[in-house]
Amino acid sequence: MIHARGLTREFKVKKETVTAVHGIDLDVEAGRLVAFLGPNGAGKSTTLRMLTTLLPPTSGTATVAGHDVGQNPAGVRARIGYVGQKNSAGENFLVRDELITQGRCYGLSTRDAAARADELLDLLDLVPLARRKPGTLSGGQRRRLDIALGLIHRPDLLFLDEPSTGLDPKSRADIWQHILRLRETFGTTLFLTTHYLEEADNMAERVVIIDGGKIIADGTAERLKNDLAGDHITITTSTEQEAATAARIGNGTATGTTVRLQVPNAAAALPDYLRTLDGSGIRVTTAETARPTLDDVFLALTGRSLTDDDIPA
Amino acid sequence: MTTFLRDTATIFSREFRPTLREPVGLLFEMGQPLLFLFLFGSLLDGAVGSSWQWFVPGILVMMCLTGPMAAGYTLLVELIGGSMERLMVTPLNRTAMLVGRTMKEMIILLAQAVLIILLALPLGFDLHPAGVLAGLVQLVIFGVGLGSLSFVLAIKSAPGGTLFYIVSQSILFPLLLCSGVLLPLDTAPAWLRAIGYANPVTYIVDAQRALFAGHLASPSILYGTAAACAVAAAGLYLGNRAMRRGV
Repeated sequence: MIHARGLTREFKVKKETVTAVHGIDLDVEAGRLVAFLGPNGAGKSTTLRMLTTLLPPTSGTATVAGHDVGQNPAGVRARIGYVGQKNSAGENFLVRDELITQGRCYGLSTRDAAARADELLDLLDLVPLARRKPGTLSGGQRRRLDIALGLIHRPDLLFLDEPSTGLDPKSRADIWQHILRLRETFGTTLFLTTHYLEEADNMAERVVIIDGGKIIADGTAERLKNDLAGDHITITTSTEQEAATAARIGNGTATGTTVRLQVPNAAAALPDYLRTLDGSGIRVTTAETARPTLDDVFLALTGRSLTDDDIPA
Repeated sequence: MTTFLRDTATIFSREFRPTLREPVGLLFEMGQPLLFLFLFGSLLDGAVGSSWQWFVPGILVMMCLTGPMAAGYTLLVELIGGSMERLMVTPLNRTAMLVGRTMKEMIILLAQAVLIILLALPLGFDLHPAGVLAGLVQLVIFGVGLGSLSFVLAIKSAPGGTLFYIVSQSILFPLLLCSGVLLPLDTAPAWLRAIGYANPVTYIVDAQRALFAGHLASPSILYGTAAACAVAAAGLYLGNRAMRRGV
């Protein structure tokens, strides 16, 4: 569905060339749900804008939904849907009118566009809002409208840029329910960016991590976590001295009376570790294991935490 | 071509629907031109021959400048929001996006032109239908070009928008004042007339006056039409290029 080779985009900022995306290779098979993860400024949106023909690449090629983004942008546009970061509906227009316009933009007759608009209003629980202006909708309702606008022509591939950012937890869950249902019902290929780690972790079959304009990891969340981060064991001791010794034994790090170590399989390693510490006369007061998060993966790869979110310019 | 027409119609009807929903706005937009028309028209009566004959085309040119500027502003709002981006991802023809939007402004301009002519008729405005029709066609061509240029400005100004206000505000009035829309340039000092000659709006104003007076053989019509076509060609070229380069 997506095949990108050496995709690069440079911007001129005050006569200096800044490379936002640096030679990305990417292949996405049909029917997948792929999460594109990275901190702000990593090149997520720029990549998405190139794949959706909004921005011509400086170099490299991309074939999206069977057409080259540079050679045949109209062919790509006809086959993909795009839900941008901002609000898709114009403020001056009524919800249903915007859906009809969107259908006509894809070449539907006014009547077909109206029928499709009504279908989508129903599918996304927007029927009571059909004659309202977007400005009067709640954040979650607006997002559902954005998704409806992206679906009007039944695309096989839908791009979503931060679909759940800025929504309250209930609306986020609601949006996700709609996205997942879409996939189940229509087999739509979904390519979305997010900086909510747990979303990428729980929902996506494949996670692509981008940083500094380069793809630094690509795989299932499970595999990335096992290969790149490993489990964690956290114990506390009664004194700092004991913690320091325990850290040395386990090859971990001590902060105060807390010791943290990274191991391939925490559940299996913990009993052994506790026995060793016991043998050395160290009294462990608490012990717990934790599976790694995608943030641990990012930390292991870059030395920074994704949740800090601000990368130095 | 057929998709171009279809897409132009799509954008036009999108833009026009809110006006249809609230047509009162049309009257408010006409407030300033009407004020200019009646204040200046009364002041200048006698000074430039029949002031209405002289002033009505000038006011139409003035509206033809402000309307497309307003269109650029609505585009800027849509660029800052996400709705323009959403439309850019559809297969919609790019030129149709520009033309459809300005066509809406032009239809409004035509409606306002008809109203102004009707108001001026009892005051002594002499109607030359063929000239007026040709004049309006010329204004539409000019307006499409101006609208596209205003869109280019909006695209260059996004996402901040400050540039748009600075440029549009600092260009609009000099263009108007140095074109002889409000006061005749005939009696102006040489340097001011020289500026007038460099201003494409001057040629359009002259052509409009000739057309509205029924002087269909006047060479100024040719110059005015050339100026309108040049502005339209430049506007559409730059507009298309700006959209291809990404917004």
